[in-house]
Amino acid sequence: MSEIQNYTLNFGPQHPAAHGVLRLILELDGEVIQRADPHVGLLHRGTEKLAESRIYNQSIGYMDRLDYVSMMCNEHAYCMAIEKLLEIEVPERAQYIRVMFDEITRILNHLMWLGTHALDVGAMTMFLYCFREREDLMDAYEAVSGARMHASYYRPGGVYRDLPDSMPQYEASQWHSQSEVDEQNTNRQGSLLDFLKDFTDRFEGYVDEYETLLTNNRIWKQRTVDIGCVSAEEAKDLGFTGPMLRGSGVAWDLRKMEPYEVYDKLDFDIPVGTNGDCYDRYLVRIEEMRQSNRIIIQCIDWLNNNQGPVMHDDHKITMPDRVDMKNDMEGLIHHFKHFTEGYGVPEGEAYSPVEHPKGEFGTYIVSDGANKPYRLKIRAPGFAHLAAINFMTEGHMLADVVTVIGTMDIVFGEIDR
Amino acid sequence: MSQYYSELSGKVTAALAQVEAVEAVVAHGELTIEVSKEKLIQICQILRDNQDLAFDTVIDVCGVDYSTYGQAGGKTAKTSKDCKARYASVYHLLSVKNNHRIRVRTWLDDDFPMVDSVVPLWSGANWFERESFDLVGILYSGHPDLRRILTDYGFIGHPLRKDFPVVGQVEMRYDANKQRVIYEPVTLEERVNIPRIIRDDNRYAERMQKKQSSDQKEESA
Repeated sequence: MSEIQNYTLNFGPQHPAAHGVLRLILELDGEVIQRADPHVGLLHRGTEKLAESRIYNQSIGYMDRLDYVSMMCNEHAYCMAIEKLLEIEVPERAQYIRVMFDEITRILNHLMWLGTHALDVGAMTMFLYCFREREDLMDAYEAVSGARMHASYYRPGGVYRDLPDSMPQYEASQWHSQSEVDEQNTNRQGSLLDFLKDFTDRFEGYVDEYETLLTNNRIWKQRTVDIGCVSAEEAKDLGFTGPMLRGSGVAWDLRKMEPYEVYDKLDFDIPVGTNGDCYDRYLVRIEEMRQSNRIIIQCIDWLNNNQGPVMHDDHKITMPDRVDMKNDMEGLIHHFKHFTEGYGVPEGEAYSPVEHPKGEFGTYIVSDGANKPYRLKIRAPGFAHLAAINFMTEGHMLADVVTVIGTMDIVFGEIDR
Repeated sequence: MSQYYSELSGKVTAALAQVEAVEAVVAHGELTIEVSKEKLIQICQILRDNQDLAFDTVIDVCGVDYSTYGQAGGKTAKTSKDCKARYASVYHLLSVKNNHRIRVRTWLDDDFPMVDSVVPLWSGANWFERESFDLVGILYSGHPDLRRILTDYGFIGHPLRKDFPVVGQVEMRYDANKQRVIYEPVTLEERVNIPRIIRDDNRYAERMQKKQSSDQKEESA
């Protein structure tokens, strides 16, 4: 009998279940995975190198493009590191706005994850449901920053501008009649906060809908229960953070453990799993969406009742008011300096992490006092998670690789940077 | 926060005293220690296994090239940091058990930056060390699989070194005659729109002076 050898299979980079550009070299014994070797870097854009040659504020836009499904959370980590080096406080209203948009981003990210993960496993409907809700949240992004995805809304010292008083409306056209458009505009009559309030009222019901489709679904359970099990000790050793760590039963969440912004004033719970399999991580993320919804409701209440500045008032660091720029000599100088030279950040180094929807997203900035970072290192959660794919898939079937990629919530923008 | 980390720095220096007298600095609510590369593994072992410290997770490993540190606009500005060597490998560790963090920096030789790998202690460091090798060119001895990770197959050079141009060395295009993708020397010119500037800033002078005097005190002590 001839010697039986393992079969090597190339998976990706152009594969719908690869969540972008993952190239996996799989070594198979029949249909059982012996070894998985991911090749990443196909989306490497050199963000860290580019940031070294740009002034601090110019790199905010690059942060959006790292993890392109949770844009504002990336900006948040970057801005917080700069604020730490500058030793400035962000106004309270800006902190609430940031927290609210972080949670909106978390829901956006988890909806994307849920839709694509379920699609990979075979549930088409989920994808359509999830993208329906994403639309509303992206409209909120658009209302506040003018961009549906790459917002660049957070700035060191606060947020770019206060929340708008009105929402953009749909307009009638030859394809959409006036009555049709009026119906679409019914929840857009008030401010952005009213629109979000209406969304949060509906969202709890939407999550129930997702759960009726998946939680007790026989096929979903067969595909996810006991797949990709990671114990708590293994998860810590592998550098897991976020839902990947919580799914293994470790109650670790930076929003509770190292509260930044106003998270210590808000009421929310941290869901944890017990088995550390794909199904537990699914349940954790579903519950996180409900908790994020709770946080958004609290933020809306606070923001409705409290006014104030949304940007730090030291215009050596932040952009001056437009009116000041036109009428005040000093304002004009500040404006000119801000955009032609930027601001110097005092010498030192800082690492600031945030609880990103995928795990711990951190930026490490080394500054030598110049107007550009000396070294910027982006710590992406997905990078540590994907590194464990060999560990998680070994001994599983070929089809389970897709489930494991799905449960890791892989986005290549942040892994390849 | 700073209070907690000052206490922690005492604990860390005490726990490491038998191996090496380490320098511990607390700034911006973060604790940084600098260790020699020969003792790195021993020190990391203590940081992980000592129950008061228990750094059970490696958050990040990154290489830094300090060769142009403090240089801007053609002249070198006065900076308080003395870079002991060209390269440094920086580790960010987290204790999930005790909820605290530490940054460990080890300086590496200029011409042959090599340090022992921490993968035997934390398997999560595997890809981070590969990335540091790929982008900065630091060698991690004892790493199980030290290959390039983010750059192209067959890439030459280490992009995050300061002597690597931002525009890169080669560009690629599809050649219709040869019917394949070819690499050529880069034709783009590097362009600097806003120069890199370090200004003497009076607002931070006091803070920097405080730091410098505390550094001097440490040295004299």
